[in-house]
Amino acid sequence: MGRTLASAIIAAHSTEAAREGEICKVNVDFAFANDITAPPAIVSFKEMGAEKVFDKERCAVLPDHFTPNKDIASAEQTKKGREFALSQGMLYWEVGRVGIEHAFLPEKGYILPGDIVIGADSHTCTGGALGALSTGVGSTDLAAVWALGETWLKVPPTIRVNYEGKRPAWVSGKDMILSLIGRIGVQGARYMALEFGGDGVEALPMDDRFTIANMAIEAGGKAGLFVPDAKMLAYANARAARKFSPVYPDADAAYFRTETFDMEKMVPVAAMPHSPDNVKPVRECGSPEIHQVFIGACTNGRIRDIAAAAKMLEGKQVAAGVRCIVIPASYEVYNQALDMGYLRTFTEAGAVVCTPTCGPCLGGHMGILAAGERCVSTSNRNFVGRMGSTKSELILASPLTAAASAITGRLTDPRDAASPDFFKKLEEE
Amino acid sequence: MSKIFKGNAWKYGDNIDTDVIIPARHLVTSDEAELGKHCMEDIDKDFVKKVAPGDMIVGGENFGCGSSREHAPIAIKGAGCSCVIAASYARIFFRNAINVGLPIFECPEAAASIETGDEIEVDPGAGTIVNKTKGKTFTVAPFSPFLQDLIQQGGLIPYVRKELARRKGA
Repeated sequence: MGRTLASAIIAAHSTEAAREGEICKVNVDFAFANDITAPPAIVSFKEMGAEKVFDKERCAVLPDHFTPNKDIASAEQTKKGREFALSQGMLYWEVGRVGIEHAFLPEKGYILPGDIVIGADSHTCTGGALGALSTGVGSTDLAAVWALGETWLKVPPTIRVNYEGKRPAWVSGKDMILSLIGRIGVQGARYMALEFGGDGVEALPMDDRFTIANMAIEAGGKAGLFVPDAKMLAYANARAARKFSPVYPDADAAYFRTETFDMEKMVPVAAMPHSPDNVKPVRECGSPEIHQVFIGACTNGRIRDIAAAAKMLEGKQVAAGVRCIVIPASYEVYNQALDMGYLRTFTEAGAVVCTPTCGPCLGGHMGILAAGERCVSTSNRNFVGRMGSTKSELILASPLTAAASAITGRLTDPRDAASPDFFKKLEEE
Repeated sequence: MSKIFKGNAWKYGDNIDTDVIIPARHLVTSDEAELGKHCMEDIDKDFVKKVAPGDMIVGGENFGCGSSREHAPIAIKGAGCSCVIAASYARIFFRNAINVGLPIFECPEAAASIETGDEIEVDPGAGTIVNKTKGKTFTVAPFSPFLQDLIQQGGLIPYVRKELARRKGA
């Protein structure tokens, strides 16, 4: 039987047989850490007796989590990463240029089809939207990659996920991935890879693909990969920072199992507290009252996400008693949103626009929740205490659902906040 | 001769995520003792007051899911726990635990049987978990040969140190 995409990429990076279930040594194309995970990686790197990173054009530190530094401790931590990166001569981008790592690195062409990418952050799986085997590790594993240029990976079984049919305008990549996690559960893909395909994927914009790949980890997945196609290769070719060789699955690839979705029947969904697999159609969630909306994160801070939210909010007002916080994931997104007038739309609607950062997603800063507060968030995790108080609640949803909820002050299906004409126009754009 | 772990169990459920093991608001340090002070506080705020040196955390399926923070196994060590027993682990936590030297044991039967307060003895060398309170013994499947070799070399840091020396000499 043939290889799945994950297996084929591992085989292309290893001298070993790389049969499913086997652990093998692989060469790594790109390896990065952020302001939280870099400091322990640097300690391990030194304990390893390493002096230089294996390739300074392939190793990076990105200060994105608690930046702009939220307090003295985070400032000290960010400083450690900065000083190490500068002393190594490796890739580093300062606040003001850097974005959220999983949005920024693909934009700058550092994650490319066929790559193996290792990041000290669990949402490294976002890179799967570019046909890369991109996976998260802890800081010591990352340090080993910086030192050696290689790591060990187990060749995972793969669940193939097929999205078939035409996608309604009110369904986004977020609804597609939440629907999958709701079906297979938070450990449905534990130790496995997800491979996304089906005839509905061809027309799916890259931004929605990044959202889908981003949440592979929320099903326990090691990676979530899209097979290279014209749309992906056009994105990669326009941005590539180096040469790359796309890898494809075999036609007779052996999948662990296949999950299929009929997109015409899909509806906006939400993951209710406190698990990403507690997924229901938004219209069946009982319209709970909310106190905050967060639109951003490595899940949904890209230009199509920002555009969808802005269009929904255009000429409307954020409900009294609701804080709506919008954080573009990178300056490319920020500047596009500026040029398109979206940032103005947000501020006129009474929303807050912040500089690119992970911000409130992991309870860092810029929108922490008090006890008893509820937030509709476009981020990827709604664990207890994730965005603040352990007595707060997080509902995960798409940018359209989040923006619709900001207007009504309750969790709201976008179809109940906008006209059919709105969606017709959205589809045409 | 490996050390035998003796202590009492603290039992939690399935899908214990790294955000409750060590909340992100404490990720402004990677100091073991400091992180240990906040271990499990978002799921059990008195955990660090109750836990005694050598005690073990027992989880269900998918223990350590979520974020890649190596701070999670470090916090468990910092709280004084000897090891973790679970039905299964999320893959990043699994790698991190091995890399930072937190002993972990995958044993669905033991994880299902053990309750909070049970007196437990784990013999890593023999691959056994004894629930002394309930009078039951469980066998732990050994790690893969690759991992056994890595652990025998002292973990990933000594492995890399050796590999770098080999490359320098070659």
